[in-house]
Formats: sequence, structure tokens, C-alpha cells
Amino acid sequence: MTALAPPAVDTAKEPSAQRRRRAPGALWAIALVLIVPAVTPIAYLVWAVLRPGGFDAGGIAAGRLAELLASTALLVVTVTVTTAVLGTATAWLTTRTDLRGRRWWSTLVTVPLVIPSYVGALAMLGSSGNSGFMSEIIGLVGLPSLPVFSGFWAAWGALSLWNFSYVHLLAVPALRRMDPALEDAARGLGSSRWRTLRTVVVPQLRPALLGGSLLVGLYVLSDFGAVSLLRYETFTRAIYTQFRGRLDVTPALFLSGVLVLVALVVVWAEQRSRGRAALHTSRPARRPEPVSLNGARRGAAYGFLSAVVLGSLVLPMVTLAWWALRGLSLGNSVNSVVPEMLRSGGVALLAAVVTVIAAIPLAILTVRHPSRSTRALESVAWSTYSLPHLAVGLGFLVLVVRFVPAIYQTVTLLVIAYVAMFLPQALSAAQTGLHQIGPNLESASRSLGSGALTTLRRITIPLLGKSLLAGGALVFLTVMKELPATLLLRPTGFETLAVRIWSAASELFYTQASVAALVLVAISAVPLYLLVARDLHQR
Amino acid sequence: MRRRLAILTALVMVAAGCGSSDATTTTIAETDAPATTSAPEATTADGEPLVIYSGRNENFVQPVIDSFTESTGIEVDVRYGGTGDLATTLATEGDSTPADVFWAQDPAFIGGIAKQGMLATLPDDVLGLVPERFTDADGQWVGITGRARVMVYSTDLVSEEELPADIWELTEPQWAGRLGVAPTNGSFVAFVTGMVLAEGEERTREWLEGIAANDPVIFDGNGPIVDAVVAGDLDAGLVNHYYLLQRIAELGDVSAVNHFFDDGDPGGLVMAAGAGVLTSSDRQDDATELIRHLLSEESQAHFLSLFEYPLIDGAGTPEGQLPLDELPTLDISLTDTADTLDPALTLIAESGLS
Repeated sequence: MTALAPPAVDTAKEPSAQRRRRAPGALWAIALVLIVPAVTPIAYLVWAVLRPGGFDAGGIAAGRLAELLASTALLVVTVTVTTAVLGTATAWLTTRTDLRGRRWWSTLVTVPLVIPSYVGALAMLGSSGNSGFMSEIIGLVGLPSLPVFSGFWAAWGALSLWNFSYVHLLAVPALRRMDPALEDAARGLGSSRWRTLRTVVVPQLRPALLGGSLLVGLYVLSDFGAVSLLRYETFTRAIYTQFRGRLDVTPALFLSGVLVLVALVVVWAEQRSRGRAALHTSRPARRPEPVSLNGARRGAAYGFLSAVVLGSLVLPMVTLAWWALRGLSLGNSVNSVVPEMLRSGGVALLAAVVTVIAAIPLAILTVRHPSRSTRALESVAWSTYSLPHLAVGLGFLVLVVRFVPAIYQTVTLLVIAYVAMFLPQALSAAQTGLHQIGPNLESASRSLGSGALTTLRRITIPLLGKSLLAGGALVFLTVMKELPATLLLRPTGFETLAVRIWSAASELFYTQASVAALVLVAISAVPLYLLVARDLHQR
Repeated sequence: MRRRLAILTALVMVAAGCGSSDATTTTIAETDAPATTSAPEATTADGEPLVIYSGRNENFVQPVIDSFTESTGIEVDVRYGGTGDLATTLATEGDSTPADVFWAQDPAFIGGIAKQGMLATLPDDVLGLVPERFTDADGQWVGITGRARVMVYSTDLVSEEELPADIWELTEPQWAGRLGVAPTNGSFVAFVTGMVLAEGEERTREWLEGIAANDPVIFDGNGPIVDAVVAGDLDAGLVNHYYLLQRIAELGDVSAVNHFFDDGDPGGLVMAAGAGVLTSSDRQDDATELIRHLLSEESQAHFLSLFEYPLIDGAGTPEGQLPLDELPTLDISLTDTADTLDPALTLIAESGLS
């Protein structure tokens, strides 16, 4: 599951017996070309803020900036904490207890990853209010309608429900790797179960939790669709308000630059703290004894898991299906979403293939020729990945209009933007694969007289197959779900599923939005299955 | 159990796999010609399709575009989006914009684009098709339909005696927590541009702050406001006239009504949703032809069927609404709303509404 996490510990573990070779210039040249689209929009946005007069041109009052920072930070912190608790709880219950169907539960709590948060938000809107699905259900027993879900609590709920799976995914392997001897020792020395959990288990989970929290925190910082639909004012929503209200892109660019700076600070802080938190455990000698849950605790555990699955998966899906069916039976006109499906699937597939191809030279460079410069290169790729797509999309739009108008509003630009944003997903998968192969086979091939390219073609790439597939699947999934950059950069007439859901949801065409959302979720399930369900609980 | 899941997933994969392979061919076909910005089916033999940036939605636009293509053979690509989004996009693109025609929801944004010198002057015979007050004073855009600002209210939650004569009443305590507004929506912004023209910045600020202090319910758009009122979740809201008529057509009888403010009140602004031709377009004739088509009897009848006010002579009135010339009037020029766009946006932002 390294594919979902930022490169944590793996990258520096090249066998030291292998004498380090200097990277060929050609590899560096390719890598630098590939990294240009990832760097340029970010550099541009940062410049838009930090250049002389940037603040004045932005025209955003300092008080307003502070307000936005506060409301965004509030959401980031609350959602990160909530997902850490939820994800750790589901991971612990499905790995360390004797509950029945643990593997099933574990799979079920990862499935919400196929639901983009804006689709989740759409489902929340469709379930509340006087004509909402849940309101109708509770109306059957005479309860009053739910108020329309909106504002902070709605945004908090949506982002927590549709992000905690990341923490689960990272916590499960961490819990599996944990050596039960430590816990036994603590218990043997008289610690209570709770104290053992707090002083022994949680510290061992820290790297996984930090990684997961970073992933979630950065996501919340960048979420655009959910906070917009649920009407909670964050940076991204303010950027969009400026963009659509000002007839001038400068204020939106300025806010995007500030948001990028905030995100960069978060990434930097996390990297510093990770240095200290790194924890190296070998494979445990034996598997821990499952904790036996009895009576009320067992009931509570099942209840908790059921509630999580109900809220994050069953309710949204049923709500969307209900809206789709109800609308269709009322005769609401619904346009076919087949063209959107083909566009989304096609462009996601294309982006996945290109990203994987681009990742190969970068992975070889960073794994086989590690140095301070390759690590810098990697950080640059990761920072673009971590940044809000709305901001990156705006940066692309302005730069491309000005300097490369030939590719403006083309599929080419869309794919370049996706590659720039999602390269690390394929990169880390390819890196993991390269570590597993080790350099010896390649050396053997080279010493038997094959050239570098032949070795790459006949040895490295075939052996990387599975890792590349995993990386590609992840990119596919992410591109399918991507909204703001697609909205800004798509060719005219190139409405994807995400764009269709967004525009239908903003116009309150719930039937149309629900149909498109259901199709999007169904297609996204395929790569998720390839990625998660098959190997999460295999050893 | 596990096997069953595997089989199920395999089925989904097969189904999706077929779709994806089709999609790849389409996508690759498109990337083969990177200079075009369009889906392949829309390209004509003699070149690229005409490009419209449309702030109006697809249901509204696509039928008349289809009939245009049918009668002229000119292919058209439409980029749908919010009027504000598209206006900022246009301003960012400048002369390198791929757009030939801009069709906006409201006069302020298209006026702003005209002020930047991006719109060409339309021929007199096109401008002459609609009443002068719905066209740009410099002839750079022409109104296609009219949209009246109204207050929609729930007849279950608001009694007739409570109905305000003017928008000022809405700042009074009896309306606290009962009014929906969409302060970032283009139509609301356009209404405020009109108010700034009619009553000046200070009065407008006073009103906006009064509304903001009266615990309004904030929305992103008019549609959600009308839905909330129709559903009985909200008492009343400041919106455009046609949303309610659409809901009535979908749902039958609803307990909500459009209320018009008194004559001369800025709350009753009638906005022209106008269109113009980009100066940078090398298809001036085709683009003008398209605008002429939007003002044809056939197109105007389509707009009427979606409850907007057609602007050409004798095209009729949306059902149950006052005719265009009996609507409350406001003594301003829509052209000037472009000048008050900036102050309006600033006032809205500073009022704490958005």
C-alpha cells in the first residue's frame, strides 16, 4: 500500500554493497523535462504572492486572509483528528480483534475511497431537507424533516467520512507489523490494557498516523467540491468566489498562491517531524493474539463498524440511487452519460499510461542513483501532488494562455496537468517495485553485454509490471475523481463525469447528478479493487 | 463469499473494460490533432467549429444551437459555465481566446468584457430586434432574453400582509432569519450593480449591511433558494422570476409565489441576458449569424417555453407573469451596470454577506 502514502522509509534503503554509480546525464535530462510542468505553475503562484506589490495587487484585506486561514485550519484540524480516530479504530478492530468477518469489514471501510467528496456532499444534500431521502424515511415514523446539511458540520462530516479510509489503509499494515512482544511485556509489567494501548501501541502507530494525517490534512486544504456544495467558506471556495466574481484573475491567483504557501509549510513541517518519528521494526516473530471482545464490547464494535459503513457507503449510495430512480420515474429528462463515461475513462486511462511511463525514468534515477539532488527532485514532485488542484489548475490556465496557447483547452494540456499533479502516485509505486527487484539482475544483464535500454526493456520493466499496474490504477482512480483542474482546463465540449456531476449538482438537477455520480463510483471501483481489496489482507 | 466478490468484480471490470477501450480510441484520435480544441464529431470539414462561451445552461442553449447547425451547417461547440467564471476566463485569455461568442446571464459581466474592448459592435439590424433598454448603448451586446428579479415566498410561511413593498422592508426585524440570498451569484451581483446605479453606493451599503445583520440564509444560487422555499424549508428569497415557473412545470401546484416589488424599487430590476461577438474572432459573420438566430421567432419561443421573457416584438409573456412593459421599471441603463460591477462586488464582500 505504499502507493497511497508519501515515500516514508523505503527510498533510502538501497543495498550498500552495490557501489553507487553516477546517474547518466540522459536520465537527468529526461527527469528535468518531466518535472518542469510540475514546478512551473507552483513557482508562478508563489511568485504572484511574494513578488513586489503582490499583496496590493491581490486586493485581499489582511483581516479577510486571517478569517480564511482560521476557517480552513479549523476544518483541516477537526477532520484530520476525526479521521485519525476513525481510521485507527477500524484498523484495530479489523486486525487485532476476534470479530467475525474482519477481512470483509476491512474491505468495506476502504470502499468509500471511490466516492469523491463532492459526490458524498451531493448525497448529503440529497438526503436532508424537506424532500431529502433520510427526511422521507424518518418522516414515515412521524419525525420532522432534517435541516438541509450545510456549513461547518456538514463539511466536517463529509470530509471525515470520505477520507478516513486513507488512515485505515496505512494503519492496517502498521498494526500487522507490530511486535506483540512489546505489548506482552507492558502487560506483564502491570500496565492496564488502556495504558498499554496509549504508551505502546499508539507510539508505534505514529508514522502511519502522521502519514495518513498529512494525506487527509492536505486533502482537506485542497478540497473544492464538497465545501462548495455544502457552503463552508474555506480558501478554495474563496478562490472560486474571486475567480467567478472579479472579471480579473489576479485576486484568485493571489489567494491560490497563499494557499500553496500554506500547503508547502504543512508538507515541510511533516517532513521534519517524520525524521524524528521514523521507527524501524523488523517483521514480528509471531502474530499477536487477537483481543477477544465479549458481550457489550463486541456489540459496540459491530455497531461502530456498521455505523461507519452505513454512513460512508450505504447511505450515500442508496440516496443517489433513490434520487436517480425517483427522478427517472417522474419522467425527469436525463441525458445519457455514456459520452461522459467514455471521456472520463479515456482521459483517465491515457493519463495513467503517460504518468506510469514518466515515472519509470524518475524511479530509476531516484532509486538506483540516490543523491541529494535526486531527493530534491522527488520532493518537488511530491509538493505539486500535495497542492490544491484548483490552485494548480489556475496556474496552468494563466501560464498556458500566455505562453503555450496552442495546447490551451486541449486533451494534451489536461493530460500534462494530470501527469504533473499525480506523478508521485506512479513514482512511489515504481520505486517500491525497484527496491524489491534490487539492482543485481540489472547488473548481471549489463555484464552479459546488454545495453542500458535493452536491460530496461527486457529486465526492469517486465519485473516492475505489478507495481506499475498498481501505480497506474491509482492514477486512473484519482483522475476520474479530479474536479477543479478539469473544470478549468478541459477542452470546450469535453464534459467528463466529474464536470457533469458538478454542473448538474450546482443547478440542482439531482437526478442527472445522481446518475452520473453512480456511474463514476462504479467505474472507480475497478482500480480500487485492483489496489486495495486484493492485497490489503494478504501476507 | 470471497469468491463471489471476485466474480462480481470481474463482471464490473469486463463491463468497464469495454467502455475504456472505446474511450481510448476517441481520446487518442483527439490528441492526434492537438491544435483543435474540440471533440471530433463537432468539427466541420472546412475547419473548426464556432465556439460559444455560455453562461446559460445546456437545456436552455443546446436546442437552439442544434437548430442553428441544422439550418446553416455551421458546427458549434459550447463551453458551459457560470457567467462570472467565463467572463474571468475571457478576460484572462484576452485576444488569444478560442471563443467567438459570449452569451451571459446578466448585463454586468458582459458589459465588463465589452468595456475591456473585447466585443465587436453588432450590426443595427440585430440591435434593432429588441427594445433599446435591453441592448448595450454602444451596440456591443444585445439582450436575448429578460430575467426579472423578484422575491419568491412560501404561501405557507408568509402571509400576504407581510409582503414587502420595497427591499428595505427586508432589513427589518420581522424578516430576521427568513430570507434566502445568493450573494456570490451573478444575478444577485447584477441586481446590486443596478441598486448602486439607482440609489448610490452609500444607500446600497446600508441595505446590504442591513440584510447581513438580519440573519439571512446564504445560498450559492437561485435554484437552491427556490427549492428551499418550495420545500417549505425557507420563507422567502431574492431570485429571478423563472426558477419558480420551472418548478411549477415540474411539480404541478406548489405553495410558493413570485412577488414583485413596487415600481422604481431596485429589487425589481429586469436584467437582459445578452450576447456579443468577440473582436478576436475570425468568424465575425458566422458569429453574428448565430446571434441573429438567437433572436429568431423560433428560438425566442423556446426561451419562452422555459419561462424567460423573449425580447423580440410580439413573442409573448411567461405564463402567469406581468408582460414585459408592465413590469416595475428602474430608471437606469443596463450598460452602466458594467461600471458599478466593481463597487458592487466590493460592497457585497464588505457587507459580510459573502
